[in-house]
Amino acid sequence: MTGSIEKLLIANRGEIASRVVRTARRMGIATVAVFSDADEALPFVREADEAFRLGPGPADASYLSVARVLEAARVSGADAIHPGFGFLAENDAFARRVSEAGLTFVGPSPEAIAKMGKKREAKAIAEAAGVPVVPGYAGEDQRLEAFREAAERIGYPVLLKASAGGGGKGMRVARSVAELEAAFASARREAEHAFGDPTLLLERLVERPRHVEVQILGDRHGGLVHLGERECSIQRRHQKVLEEAPSPALDDALRARITDAALRLARSIGYTSAGTAEFVLAPSGDFFFLEVNTRLQVEHPVTEGVYWGIDLVEEQLRIARGEALRFTQAELDERRAGSAIEVRLCAEDPSAGFLPASGALDDFHLPPELRREPWLRVEAGVEADSSVSVHYDSMIAKLIARGADREEARARLRHALGQLFAAGIATNRRFLHALLAHPAFARGELHTGFIDEHLAGGKIEPPTSDARARAAIVAALVLVALRDAERAILPRLPSHFRSHRMGPERIELASGDVRDEIAFTPERDGRFLVRSGAIEARAELVRLERDDAPRARSIRGALTLSLDERRLRVRFAVTASSVHVHLAPETFSFARVSRLPLRAGAGGADAAVAPMPGKILEVRVEAGALVERGSVMVIMEAMKMEHGIEAPRAARVAAIHVSPGDQVEGGQLLVVLGD
Amino acid sequence: MREHERADATGSPIDPRERYPALESRVDRRSERFRANDEANRRSLERLAEALEKARVAGGERARAKHVDAGKLLPRERVDRLLDPGSYFLEIAPLAGHEVSGHASGASVIGGVGIVSGVECLITASEATVKGGAMSELSVVKTTRLSDIAAENGLPSVSLIESAGADLPNQSKIFVPGGRVFRDITRHSTSRAPSVCLVFGSSTAGGAYVPGMSDYVVMVKKQAQVYLGGPPLVKMATGEETTHEELGGAEMHARVSGVSDYLAEDEHHAIRLGREIVAHFAWEKRGRAPLPVVEEPIHPIEDLLGIASSDVRIPFSAKEVIARVVDGSRFSEFKPLYGPELVCGFAHVHGYPVAILANDGILFTASANKGAQFIELANQRSIPLIFLQNIVGFMVGRRYEEEGIIKAGAKMINAVSNSTVPAITIMTGASYGAGNYAMSGRAYAPRFLFSWPNHRIAVMGGKQLAGVLDIIQREAAEKRGLPVDEEKLGVMKQMIEAQVELESDPFFATARVWDDGIIDPRDTRSVLGICLSVVHTRPVEGTMRWGVFRH
Repeated sequence: MTGSIEKLLIANRGEIASRVVRTARRMGIATVAVFSDADEALPFVREADEAFRLGPGPADASYLSVARVLEAARVSGADAIHPGFGFLAENDAFARRVSEAGLTFVGPSPEAIAKMGKKREAKAIAEAAGVPVVPGYAGEDQRLEAFREAAERIGYPVLLKASAGGGGKGMRVARSVAELEAAFASARREAEHAFGDPTLLLERLVERPRHVEVQILGDRHGGLVHLGERECSIQRRHQKVLEEAPSPALDDALRARITDAALRLARSIGYTSAGTAEFVLAPSGDFFFLEVNTRLQVEHPVTEGVYWGIDLVEEQLRIARGEALRFTQAELDERRAGSAIEVRLCAEDPSAGFLPASGALDDFHLPPELRREPWLRVEAGVEADSSVSVHYDSMIAKLIARGADREEARARLRHALGQLFAAGIATNRRFLHALLAHPAFARGELHTGFIDEHLAGGKIEPPTSDARARAAIVAALVLVALRDAERAILPRLPSHFRSHRMGPERIELASGDVRDEIAFTPERDGRFLVRSGAIEARAELVRLERDDAPRARSIRGALTLSLDERRLRVRFAVTASSVHVHLAPETFSFARVSRLPLRAGAGGADAAVAPMPGKILEVRVEAGALVERGSVMVIMEAMKMEHGIEAPRAARVAAIHVSPGDQVEGGQLLVVLGD
Repeated sequence: MREHERADATGSPIDPRERYPALESRVDRRSERFRANDEANRRSLERLAEALEKARVAGGERARAKHVDAGKLLPRERVDRLLDPGSYFLEIAPLAGHEVSGHASGASVIGGVGIVSGVECLITASEATVKGGAMSELSVVKTTRLSDIAAENGLPSVSLIESAGADLPNQSKIFVPGGRVFRDITRHSTSRAPSVCLVFGSSTAGGAYVPGMSDYVVMVKKQAQVYLGGPPLVKMATGEETTHEELGGAEMHARVSGVSDYLAEDEHHAIRLGREIVAHFAWEKRGRAPLPVVEEPIHPIEDLLGIASSDVRIPFSAKEVIARVVDGSRFSEFKPLYGPELVCGFAHVHGYPVAILANDGILFTASANKGAQFIELANQRSIPLIFLQNIVGFMVGRRYEEEGIIKAGAKMINAVSNSTVPAITIMTGASYGAGNYAMSGRAYAPRFLFSWPNHRIAVMGGKQLAGVLDIIQREAAEKRGLPVDEEKLGVMKQMIEAQVELESDPFFATARVWDDGIIDPRDTRSVLGICLSVVHTRPVEGTMRWGVFRH
């Protein structure tokens, strides 16, 4: 027992690093952040008292490098390490190395981590502790015949899983012998590939299961309590996306049974620190042990939401300092109240199978009055201007709302998500908003296949074309307001004044293949007559507030405007190539179409340039090939859309300057055409 | 942005806006006269809109479609894209040639002032859909007027050329005066105001000297044709067989002759290059900066349609006009009790200090003397003059001749003529006789002169002229002892009245570039603001030197 922690190194990044720093600071503990080159500008790096560069972006050269993390601790003089979650959090060898270096590891013992790390072993321990496990097979015999026999005994459908794994990798469902045989080899290969261990196990597949987990906390003096359950049934790609406490599926009797089981299991291994026992809950009310996570969970804030005043990180640090638990189970049970829901905001595209996205945030903004609400908690790893790199998990922030009951928490969280403006990269914000609005969700009818069943696997309806067209008008008005605010000559003259009224000003905006042309006719009272398609409105710009710092990647702020009788205050972010506006609860992003489109390349040769920043998906031509005017030469992905880059004229391709996977800037040369 | 006003209101304790009192308005919007004026003026504005539409379509829908089908931007699109987004465009003489036989409305040239890359520039563009952009004699008049605006105010100029050159059947009217166009370009260059020429199409023979004389030249690939003589002429002269592209293509001029400084891939690129060139001028306006705080007038400018008399024989209050044009409707009147038929006073328009002279009746000796003194004061302090002209003339009669109204009128004309501060004249009603001169009419070279659609201009009104004719004819008949041929005199009077009516019509005047254009009275404040900004391109400097005043 070290007895004290004076300087804590957080071996993690993003929102969890920020979150640990906050608690440590409140406890009077100095903090050290570690960071990779990809993260150097993220908030957590400057929020800690000091920071240490680990290495380049890829995780194995930075956050997964035990040597570098220990070096950081040595150089900074840290006496304890908090691993957060992911990366080295459940690496028993790391925990051991930390102890060997004379530092305190904020977490359970290396032995506990090791025992729970392998699923088959963990399952055996659970069974021995009298915790129900999913009927299955976890034998040494890894031949197909053994699995076939086990499946016959347990009954189909069954699930094949990697013994060493998690996160859904190597998982296969088989509803018949034939399916089992078909899936077996590839599941082993994937397990081998992902975890370096092809060992599989087999389980009965629980249909329409719920995922329920119990938060436990153990000290080094034999004290052990639970902090109730969390339900994490809403998952995509076998990963949690929304969590809540308490579970709408549990009554007090079932809660008593499931928390008892978790405590039994923890006690049997002498668990210390914060941990989570995960269970599958069948519609029948039967529950089966899944695994123990020997660390803080991403979703721990929902527990803190219903046990108001308890800070799990603080308890972790106290336990690590050797303190005894400060509360009894009865006191905790007394304290439990209300409901809390968390959503994980991820940089990903739900309509494309939740494909992770990377890039930079042109804005990340929640109205300050909302941020001040005591019922809302925002754990963000990013801010406006932050880059989301390809190297790490796609989660960029968590929003947690508390309420007196589930319905209040749900309504609040939905409202907050509707106000959140995350622009510049694809996120699941709109999807989460739709999820929270779904009647089946409101009724609490959850299971792990909820998204596929109710939300078409993420493919939710886009906004109507009328909504888009109206948003385009607002976006164009933002552009007008910004440039008018910068007018040096005659700033009070009506915008686009024409002494002889020879036609309106036109602004063109694109979203994918759709173009909106907005025509503005200034009127003498400073208003505009605005026309776009069939829409006609009188617009007035009322107030422009900018809050971008010098050299920010976007101009951003809020514009107050009137459209006919409606008064709106719209959050916006504008870059050279795009304009984003937030008309709660929708965010609309448009590409700005130049009045003077360039088709000329450098040196006078015709060329194709990227119309906006994006990623090259496909190059369809080769140097020397003949192209027709209008034929697609390159396909790029930008603004969440695919764009075909066409040949401006019939020509022979002189040179190609990009290849698939390249990130390109707006205006960057893609293909040069010859004669 | 509306909120600016509120933000401004919390300004410094020494608020410049408090310096002058705000004018009150006594306009009765329900009066019969107000409503009649409003109705008649709106009808005139409809007529203006129709005329402008005719000028806008220029060569007609077929010619425009042909131009667009050739993948080219229409001349007005070129101008629009050259301008900064949100920039104003003060168009000059858009109705030159309107209903003048043998001329297109607009005189085949688009011209005006606008902001390019943050710099106020004089912009001209060939109206290529009219006879290929060929120049008529009114095109020369208009082009010369545009060139004067650039020269007098020191503006850089950008010309967008696609012109077939002189309209050959009319060469006799164009050739000699047309030469000035080229002289102006280089004189302009000497005064350090650069000229940029973007060539979109043909610019041949004499026209080739427009790029030739310009400081910067951009030519559009496969479109520009710049040569002294085309293939037929060359073949006739020397027997050499060539093509247009060889003789004067953009590539040849950019790579071989050096007549072009930049080669544009297409029209968009040419306009980009033009904007880029202007951006590198490192331009600074050297005139006085306007006040940072600009108040809107407190009285609605819409009222001007009801205030301005549609019948110029009915006078209207000059101060009601001033109250709707100047910042915060604030006006510091000079000599309010003396010669009140000429309202004089100081104000600001879009933050620029101005000295305003506005007619509130005919000119008398006292009012003319007051005007001369006021012009001297404005020159002493280098403040631009604004003339709001609504004048039927100087007072006539024995008493007035005796008190020397000619001396007073001469004094005012002397002051107007020798004044060196910029003057901007707005024709708000009548402009008859020597009043036109004293109030800085076209011949007195105001920097800008715009008319309202109710305006009438002539040596005198048609009815008066017919009346004068009647008296002279009767006197002549009496002298000869002959009876008056009433029928003949009646026809004569009718004819002269109709002719004067026609010729004093503002559309007749504007078609002949007697003014810089007819504006909607409600745009007067904006137009004045632009003119004031433009005249401050260079420092405004008044004079203390005058011709001999006859006291």
